Amino acid sequence: MIATLAFYLFAAITILSGLMVISARNPVHSVLFLILAFFNAAALFVLLGAEFLAMILVVVYVGAVAVLFLFVVMMLDIDFGGLRRGVMTYLPLGALIGLLLLVELAVGIWTVSERGAANLAHPTPEGVSNTEAIGRILYTDYVFYFQLAGMVLLVAMIGAIVLTLRHRPGVKRQSIAAQVHRRPKDAIEIVDAKPGQGV
Amino acid sequence: MALVEFFSSLGLPYGWAWVLSQGILILVLSVVLLVMLAFLLLFDRKVWAAVQMRRGPNVVGIFGLLQSFADFIKFATKEAVIPAGANKGVYLLAPLLAFVLAMASWAVVPVGPGWVVADINVGILYLFAISSLGVYGIIMGGWASNSKYAFLGALRSAAQMVSYEVSIGFVLITVLLFAGSLNISDIVNSQGPDIRGWNAFGILFPMFVIFFISALAETNRPPFDLPEAESELVAGFMVEYSSTPYLLFMVGEYLNIVLMCAMLSILFFGGWLPPIDIWPLNAVPGVLWLIAKVVFFFFMFAMVKAIVPRYRYDQLMRLGWKVFLPTSLVWVILTAGYLIVFDRLPV
Amino acid sequence: MAWLDRTARTIFLWDFVMGFAVAMKYFFRPKATLNYPFERSALSPRFRGEHALRRYASGEERCIACKLCEAVCPAQAITIEAEPREDGSRRTTRYDIDMVKCIYCGLCQEACPVDAIVEGPNLDFSVETREELYYDKARLLANGDRWEREIAKNLELDAPYR
Repeated sequence: MIATLAFYLFAAITILSGLMVISARNPVHSVLFLILAFFNAAALFVLLGAEFLAMILVVVYVGAVAVLFLFVVMMLDIDFGGLRRGVMTYLPLGALIGLLLLVELAVGIWTVSERGAANLAHPTPEGVSNTEAIGRILYTDYVFYFQLAGMVLLVAMIGAIVLTLRHRPGVKRQSIAAQVHRRPKDAIEIVDAKPGQGV
Repeated sequence: MALVEFFSSLGLPYGWAWVLSQGILILVLSVVLLVMLAFLLLFDRKVWAAVQMRRGPNVVGIFGLLQSFADFIKFATKEAVIPAGANKGVYLLAPLLAFVLAMASWAVVPVGPGWVVADINVGILYLFAISSLGVYGIIMGGWASNSKYAFLGALRSAAQMVSYEVSIGFVLITVLLFAGSLNISDIVNSQGPDIRGWNAFGILFPMFVIFFISALAETNRPPFDLPEAESELVAGFMVEYSSTPYLLFMVGEYLNIVLMCAMLSILFFGGWLPPIDIWPLNAVPGVLWLIAKVVFFFFMFAMVKAIVPRYRYDQLMRLGWKVFLPTSLVWVILTAGYLIVFDRLPV
Repeated sequence: MAWLDRTARTIFLWDFVMGFAVAMKYFFRPKATLNYPFERSALSPRFRGEHALRRYASGEERCIACKLCEAVCPAQAITIEAEPREDGSRRTTRYDIDMVKCIYCGLCQEACPVDAIVEGPNLDFSVETREELYYDKARLLANGDRWEREIAKNLELDAPYR
C-alpha cells in the first residue's frame, strides 16, 4: 500500500514538474523543475527495484548535465517573453509531435498487454543484484556497443580540445612543480662580504 | 531491526510498524548528529584558535562548550532579510535544500555493524549522487540573491564541485574494486579484521590522499574555499543570507564535512572496525571507533584550515583536472591490474 | 635521485606534514592572547581614558574655572560656565564634556594648572545611547571620586617626567 502511494506521489510530481518545465515564466525555474522531474523519475526507478539506474540517473543527469543547463540558462540573459510570442505558430507542430508520441506509447502499451505481463522481464532476476545484472549484460553481450559509445565520446572530447587549444608564442606559464620544489639553497646564496670589498 | 518487531507485537500492521521504527531511527540519528555537530563546530574553532595561539570561544559555558548553542539561538532569533529583487521562492529554498541533502546523505552511513537507517545495495552510489546534488543549494542561493558577489561565488563553487566530483568518483571506483560491493557495510567488512586490512595502508594510499584533498574541495573548506573567499567575495554565495537561512547553509556545510570525514574513515580506515582485533579494543562498541576516526579526520580538516593558504582559482582547476583526474584514472587501471595479477578479486 | 626525492615529497605531502609539525608546535604554546574581560594587560600611567574631575583631600573641588582646557581642546568638546560662589571663590556652574567629540588627546590634562581635569585609567565606559556620553559636572566629579586612588597613583608615577 505504501509503495502504491509512493508511486502515485512520485508519478504525479514528475508529470506536474514536467508541465511546469514548459510553462514556467522564468527559464531558471524551468531548469529547476526539470531537475525535480529527473529526481522523481529516479524515485520511480527505485520503486521498480532498479536502484542502480536511479542513482546513475541522479549522478549523471541531475549532478552533471542539469548543472550545465543551469549554468547556461543563468549566464545567458534570455528574453523569454520574445520566445513565448511564437508559441501560437509552433502550437500545431508541437501538438502533432505530442500526438505522435502518445500514439506510439499507446501502441507500445497495447502490444505489451496483448502478450501478457508475464513477458515483462523482471528488473532484478532472482539472486542477482541489478548492478551485477547490468554489468553482466553490458560487458558481455553489448561490450562492442559500449566501447563504441566510449569511442564516440572520446572523439567528441578530442574534437572539443582541438577546437579550443591554441599555442601562442611568447606566453609565460607557471610551472607549479618547479615552484613547489624550490628549496632555499636554490634561491638564496649567502656571501660573506668583507668590508670595503663588496660582493 | 528489533524496533519493527516491538511495534508489530503491539498490534500494528507490519508496514506501519516499519514506518514508525524507521522514523524513530531517523530522529535519533538526526538529533545525535546535530548535537555532535554543535560540539565539532566548537572543536573546529578551538583548534584553529590554538594553532594561532588564541583561546577561541571560552565564555559561554565551561571552555565555551555551549558556544554553538548560543550561536544557534542568535541565528534563530535574528531577522531573516530577503534582499530586494531576490527570487524569493528559490532564495528560501536554497538553504533548505542544502540542509536537507546534507542530512539525507547520512541515511546510508553505517555508524556501527548493522547500525544504519537504510542498508541499501547501492549505498556508495547514493552518497555520491546526494553529494553531487549539494551544488544546487549553492547555485540556487547565489543566483536567487540577485547579487554579483553571491553569483560569482556560486559559479566558482559549481565549477569547483563538479570538477572534484570526477576524481572522487574514480577514487570510489578503486575502493569498490577492492570491496566488490556497492553496499557500504560490505565495504567496511571487506577491510577487516584489523589495521592490516584497511584500504589506506596499501596500494590505495595515494587514493586516500586524493580523496582527502578532493573532500576539502568538495566541501568548500580552506584551502579551496573560493566560493566564500572572505577576502574577495565577502562570504560568496551566502553573502545575502542572514538568520535561519544562513544557519541552514552553515549547518549543511558542516554536516557535509562530517560526512566526508565519515566517508574517509569508512572507505580507507575501516569504519567501525578497531585498529587491532584483541580483547579490550574489540569490546568497544563500533560506533565509538567510527566517532573517534571521524573526530580525527575532522581535526585534520581543521588543521588544514589553519595552516594552508588559499589556492588561486586556476591552480584549483589545474589540480583537479590535470593532477587528480589522470592520477586517479591511472590508479583505477593499476588497482584492477593488481587485483587480477594477484588473484585477489572479490567475487 | 633528486627527481625521486621530489616525487616522494609530493606524494606524501611532505610540505603539508612539515607545516603540520610547525602548527602542532604552536598548538601547545602558551596563548598569546588574554582572556580579556577577566584578564587585562598593564596600562601605562599616562594612559588617557575616561575623564574625571578631581577634588582636594578636603573635599573641595580643584577646578577653578580658568577655562584653559576649554580653550585648548582641539575638538571643542568642553563647555564651561562659571560664576563666583557665595564664599567668593571662582567655581564652575557647568562643566560638560561631549565624549562623542572628544579625541582623547590629553591636552586638557596638560593645560590644567591645578590637576583638576584628568584622563583616568578607565577604558570601558561604553553605553547604549549617545545621550549617556554627554558628561556633565556631576558625572565627572563622581568619576573623580571613584577613580581617585588610581589617578593619584598614576600622577605620582608620571611626575618625574613632567
